[in-house]
Amino acid sequence: MNAANYLYVSALLFTIGAIGVVVRRNAIVVFMCVELMLNAANLAFVTFARINGNLDGQVMAFFTMVVAACEVVVGLAIIVTIYRSRRSASVDDASLLKR
Amino acid sequence: MSGFVSPVLIYSLIAPILIVLGGAVLGVLVEAFASRKIRPVLQLSLTIGTLVLALAQLWRIRHETSGGAAMGSVAIDGAGLLMQAGIVFMAILGVFLIADQENFTVLAAAVPGSPEEAHSIKSGEHLTEIYPLTLFAVAGMMLFPISTDLITLFVALEMLSLPLYLMAGLSRRRRLMSQEAALKYFLLGAFSSAFFLFGAAYLYGFSGTVSLSGIGAAVSGSNGNSVFMLIGIGFLSVGLLFKVGAVPFHAWTPDVYQGAPTPVTAFMAAATKVAAFGALLRIFYVGFANAYWDWRPFITVIAIITMLFGSFVAIAQRDIKRMLAYSSIAHAGFLLSGVLAMNKAGLDASIFYLIAYGVATLGAFGVVTLVRDSAGEITDLNRWAGLGKRSPFVATVFATFLLGFAGIPLTSGFIGKFSIFSAAYESGNKAVVIVGVLSSAIAAYFYIRVIVLMFFTDPVEDGTSVIIPSVLTRISIVSAFVLTIFLGVFPTPLLNFISSTAIFIR
Repeated sequence: MNAANYLYVSALLFTIGAIGVVVRRNAIVVFMCVELMLNAANLAFVTFARINGNLDGQVMAFFTMVVAACEVVVGLAIIVTIYRSRRSASVDDASLLKR
Repeated sequence: MSGFVSPVLIYSLIAPILIVLGGAVLGVLVEAFASRKIRPVLQLSLTIGTLVLALAQLWRIRHETSGGAAMGSVAIDGAGLLMQAGIVFMAILGVFLIADQENFTVLAAAVPGSPEEAHSIKSGEHLTEIYPLTLFAVAGMMLFPISTDLITLFVALEMLSLPLYLMAGLSRRRRLMSQEAALKYFLLGAFSSAFFLFGAAYLYGFSGTVSLSGIGAAVSGSNGNSVFMLIGIGFLSVGLLFKVGAVPFHAWTPDVYQGAPTPVTAFMAAATKVAAFGALLRIFYVGFANAYWDWRPFITVIAIITMLFGSFVAIAQRDIKRMLAYSSIAHAGFLLSGVLAMNKAGLDASIFYLIAYGVATLGAFGVVTLVRDSAGEITDLNRWAGLGKRSPFVATVFATFLLGFAGIPLTSGFIGKFSIFSAAYESGNKAVVIVGVLSSAIAAYFYIRVIVLMFFTDPVEDGTSVIIPSVLTRISIVSAFVLTIFLGVFPTPLLNFISSTAIFIR
C-alpha cells in the first residue's frame, strides 16, 4: 500500500486537532484535540520510519507516547484544580487576565 | 542486525544535568518524609547546594569539547556550556527569590477560600514542592540548548515546560488568576509542542535521520523532498518561537507573566529565554544553516513585527508585570536578529545579550515582589508614583534595570544591543537593524516614563510600601544590580571569554 496515504491521514488528523483547539471552549476537549495532534505527529513518524527504512522514527513515537502521558498528568491536574475553584472547565470563563 | 550494543556515556560531561536531576529526586523524597519544621530550610539548602555543585562541575569541564558524551545526543561545546552556566546562575538567583515562601500557596490542591486552605495556613503546614519542580525545570533547560537530535530536543522541551506550567499556578494571593495563568500556559504550551513535534516528523521524513548534523547535511545536499524540509522547518520554528514569545505566538506571555507568582515569573522569564534561544540558535546554526535563504524572509518578518509590536503595546500597559512581559516580547525580537546574523559575532552577541537580559529581568521582577500593601503586591503602575521619594534605593535599583532594558550606555543592555545589531548589520540584515534601533527608541519611552513616574511624581498615601526584603532576596537583587552595571562598564572580560569559547560543534 502506498505509504503516502498515511501521511495524508496524519495531516488530516493534525488539522482536525488544530481546528479543535481553536474553536472548542471546554478545556478538556481542547486538551483532547492537542493529544490528537500529538498522535498525528506519531503517525507521521512511524510512516516516515517505514519510508526511510530505519527505526529512529519508531523510537521517537515511543518517546512521544511517554511524554504525552506526562502531559496528561500535569494537564488534568491543572484543569481539575481550576474546575474545583470555578465549577466550570470553559476556557471562556477564565478571563480574569485581560489585556 | 548486530547484537545489542550498550551505550557509552561520558559521565563527567553530563554530570551537571545528572546532579540537578538527582537533587530534584532527593527533593521529592524530602518533601514526602521530612518533618514540616525543618522542611523549608532543608529544601532550600538542598536546592541551592545542588545548583552550586552543578555550576562547579560546569567550571571543571569548561575546556571540554565532545560530540559523543551521550551517543551523539548531546553536544558538549563552549556555547552549550556557557548557556548552561547562565541558566544555573539565573536559577540560583531565582531560587533566592522563590525562598520567600510568603508568595506561594500553602496547599495548591485546596480550593481558594476553602476550610482546608484556612486550616493549612493556621497550622503552618506549608508545602514546598516548588523546589523540586524548579530543579526539574532547570534540568530540562540545561538539556535543551545542548541537545543535538530531535528526540532529546523534544524530551528536554517538555521537561522544562511541564514543571513551569505547575509553578505558574502556585500563587498565594489572587489564586484564581494564578490558576488561570497555569491553564493558559499549559494549553498553549501543549499546542505549540504538537507543532514542534509535527515539524520534527517532517524533518525526519526529509532527511532520514533525527540528528541535527544529519539534517544539516541533508539540507545542503540536493536529494530529498524539499517540500518536507520547508514544512519541517516551518512547524519546528513555530514551536520554538512560541517558547521565546515571538509575535504572533506571544499570546500567552502577558497573561502568564502577570498571573504567575512574581518569583516564578522572574525565574521563568530569565532562564527559559536562555534555554529556548540556546536551542533555537543551535538548531538554526547547525541544522538549517544551508537553508538560510529559505527561512531568512520568514524569520526577518517575525523579528520585525515582534520588535514593533512589543514596544508599541508596552506603552499602553498600566500593570508593571504586563509591561515587563511586553518588553520581554520586544527583547525576543532583538534576539532574533542575532539568529538572523548567522555568523560567529551573532552567536557571541546573542549569548552576551541573553546573560545581560536574564540578570536584569530577574532583578526587575525581584523589585516588583517588594512593593506591597496589606493585600499583597502592587502591580498597578499608578500606585508606583513617588516610589523614589519613599524608598530611593529600591527605586534607583529598579531604574537601573529599566535603563538596562532600554539599552542606555553604561548598562549591560547597551553593550548587548550594540553587539547584536552590529553582528546583524555585518551579515547584511539592514532592515532588521533599522527597525531594531527604532523600536529601541520607542521602548526607551515607556521605560523612562516609569522612571519619571517614580522620581518626579508626588506619592499618594494609599498604603503602598516597600517591605524590608529578606537576606536572600537582597542578595539576588543586589547581585543583579551590580552585574547590570559591571557588564555595562567592563564588558570586555566576559565578551572575550564568550568569543574565545563559544562555538557549536557539528
